[in-house]
Amino acid sequence: MIGSAVAARDFSFWYGKKQALHGVNITVSSRSITALIGPSGCGKSTFLRSINRMNDTIPGARHEGSVLLGGKDVYAPDMDVVHLRHRVGMVFQRWNPFPKSIYDNVAYGPRINVGLRGRELDDVVERSLRRAALWDEVKDRLRQSALGLSGGQQQRLCIARALANQPEVLLLDEPASALDPGATQKIEELLVELKSELAIVIVTHNLQQAGRVSDYTAFFYLGRLVECDATGQLFTAPREQQTEAYITGRFG
Amino acid sequence: MSALRRRKAGNVFMLGLTYVAAVLATLPLLFILFHLLQKGASTLTPDFFTNMPRPVGEAGGGMSNAIVGTLILIAIAAAIGLPVGIGAGLYLAEKRGGALAMTVRYLSDVLNGLPSIVLGIFAWQFLVRPFGNFSALAGGIALGAMMIPLVTRTTEEMIRLVPNSLREAALALGYPRWRTSMSVILRTALPGIVTGALVAVARIAGETAPLLFTAFGNQFWSTTLDEPIAALPLQIFAYAISPYDEWHKQAWAGALVLIVIVLIISLAARHATRARFGSAAD
Repeated sequence: MIGSAVAARDFSFWYGKKQALHGVNITVSSRSITALIGPSGCGKSTFLRSINRMNDTIPGARHEGSVLLGGKDVYAPDMDVVHLRHRVGMVFQRWNPFPKSIYDNVAYGPRINVGLRGRELDDVVERSLRRAALWDEVKDRLRQSALGLSGGQQQRLCIARALANQPEVLLLDEPASALDPGATQKIEELLVELKSELAIVIVTHNLQQAGRVSDYTAFFYLGRLVECDATGQLFTAPREQQTEAYITGRFG
Repeated sequence: MSALRRRKAGNVFMLGLTYVAAVLATLPLLFILFHLLQKGASTLTPDFFTNMPRPVGEAGGGMSNAIVGTLILIAIAAAIGLPVGIGAGLYLAEKRGGALAMTVRYLSDVLNGLPSIVLGIFAWQFLVRPFGNFSALAGGIALGAMMIPLVTRTTEEMIRLVPNSLREAALALGYPRWRTSMSVILRTALPGIVTGALVAVARIAGETAPLLFTAFGNQFWSTTLDEPIAALPLQIFAYAISPYDEWHKQAWAGALVLIVIVLIISLAARHATRARFGSAAD
């Protein structure tokens, strides 16, 4: 491991009375891809959304333990949630570009958060679109509506939009589950490129995908982290029976 | 008759019924428009828009004061009804389940159904009587109070139509909550809100009852806010119940102008709605 970007310490989470996570301990390395797998309702998305505190808006949500970003608890009272979300970008299952131009979608974060204007902003937009492997496809239509792009392009636009904030960590919640194989492949290649620069945590239902792109895989079951290991290790020689049962398709 | 033929016949019959209902639904408007054009068009000269009312017996004359008065009243009403209504709608949409939100939603539905004459009497009691005179301001406020619940509810509906994924996208990018509401939610819902606002304006433009004891009407030119002001609906009412043929013609023309104003606003509202579903690029 090259150093930890995100770490959870005895992290538990409740939606009202229902406990969704039970004492999760995990370390996510920087410059690597960590896949979260497990059957529906196992808590993997809840954990993902706990890292950038997207669960804050849900009434009745509460937690115990801590999630550390660069060694600092993201739930600490002096943690500015707005600043936290600049450092931790997120891409959702269903692509959600704003009903604005391609340019404005990417410029959204840096324009407000950093106050960039003019040439500097142009540069950030171009760099972000290049990093998301979208630049060549959209450079001649930056002022056109983002909603005119294909699904795969819109999802890569959402990745570019998150990258424009220069995050340290990128969270992806089943980013390719609604895309065709071609578009999925593009996203996967893109993630592998990006991991040289930041830590990536990806929730996926697709075990092949986890095997293809991730360096580490964490298996969640019933709100507990069952096992987390190097991907090759976990898929070939899992330590826990539950993990083996899941990856060999006996349940889930 | 085979089952298939029977079903087809039933289908044609029911389709015919809905067709007749659809025609009947538009008939009143077509009939009114036709009738107004027949009765009012001849009086509707450029003079009608630029001239003041003339005394009985004198030919010609217009309703310039009432047309301007109605526009002023609409402006006052919009200045009150739009900010309050849109703000309240935003609150209701953001706090959908809260106790205050539930109460406000219920009360604004009640206010929506309140007969406008009742509103007029209240406006007279609190805005006219204490000051001792009828005023444009009182009329505008009464109309504005009518607008508030209309605008509140449409704003709330439109904001609720904004997908939650957009809200999450903005929050995940590190947008403060108020900024998310303003620049993403409100902006995305804006065409719908504009439509709702225009429909509300069209709705109050022709209101007569709230103006009877507030704006009161004025035979002379006045744009002063603390004095009685002429308004098209009031002028139409006064002329229509008068015994003079000349005034009756004027009333028809006034009604035609009023309905054209409302139609124009409605068309603008349709246009705004179309923008909502069209290309969303800026």
